[in-house]
Amino acid sequence: MGDTIEKVSIIISKGSLEGIYPGLIMANGARAEGIEANLFFTFFGLDAIHAKRLEHIKVASVGNPGMHMASLIGVLPGMSAIATHMMEKKMEAFDIPGIPEFMELIGDTGAGIYACKASVDLFGFTKDDFIPQVEDIITVGEFYEKAAGGQIIFT
Amino acid sequence: MTVDTIAGIPVDVNEEGFLTDASEWNEDIAVDLARREGIDPLTDRHWEVLRFMRAEYEAKGTGPTVRILGKTSGVPVKELYQLFPKGPAKLAAKIAGIPKPRGCI
Repeated sequence: MGDTIEKVSIIISKGSLEGIYPGLIMANGARAEGIEANLFFTFFGLDAIHAKRLEHIKVASVGNPGMHMASLIGVLPGMSAIATHMMEKKMEAFDIPGIPEFMELIGDTGAGIYACKASVDLFGFTKDDFIPQVEDIITVGEFYEKAAGGQIIFT
Repeated sequence: MTVDTIAGIPVDVNEEGFLTDASEWNEDIAVDLARREGIDPLTDRHWEVLRFMRAEYEAKGTGPTVRILGKTSGVPVKELYQLFPKGPAKLAAKIAGIPKPRGCI
């Protein structure tokens, strides 16, 4: 069975809505296929597992050509919130869960959820700042140990 | 499409082993398919999920994804993964004799 994927470890390094969702969808989708999955949150990606921040993840309205909007408009106060609101409405219509529900779902699938130690130290967080689904704060070396024998995806 | 003999009954299956005609399914086929997937025996909770999958398929023409299954079947996501470790929606669909659900989430 050399042509099947048995295990994936996905790194989420960005803190925007569009930076977080793809990794969550891939991890959840892997588990649904019976593939072992680990999620490793680093740098601004930590917001996705931060108990107080994960409800406030925003779409980037500046420097994001995919928004099809002039950057000058994107800098206006509240633009990011409006763009996020529109995106969330659309996702709700397609029954895509919000990030808090999605993280709970992924925890229930048995995927491993980890925070990067270097980033946690850098931002001055502790394990208590994170949602309960976070199993541990681990070093990059420990991440590679957990990822051994599988594919690694960086997002 | 190939013919596979499951529980002594020849049935049409696709390249992944899913039944191509849900009406050819019966409970003996489910027991044999589950055994092949390492699930032996099928408990009442397994049956609850399998019957729900078939009812959903009959009503909507497609089986539910894991998230929908967790929300609507009465079996929570955590338990679904204990019952069907190799992918709840996919495996339950296979054992229930319906096509593989195609949702991403």
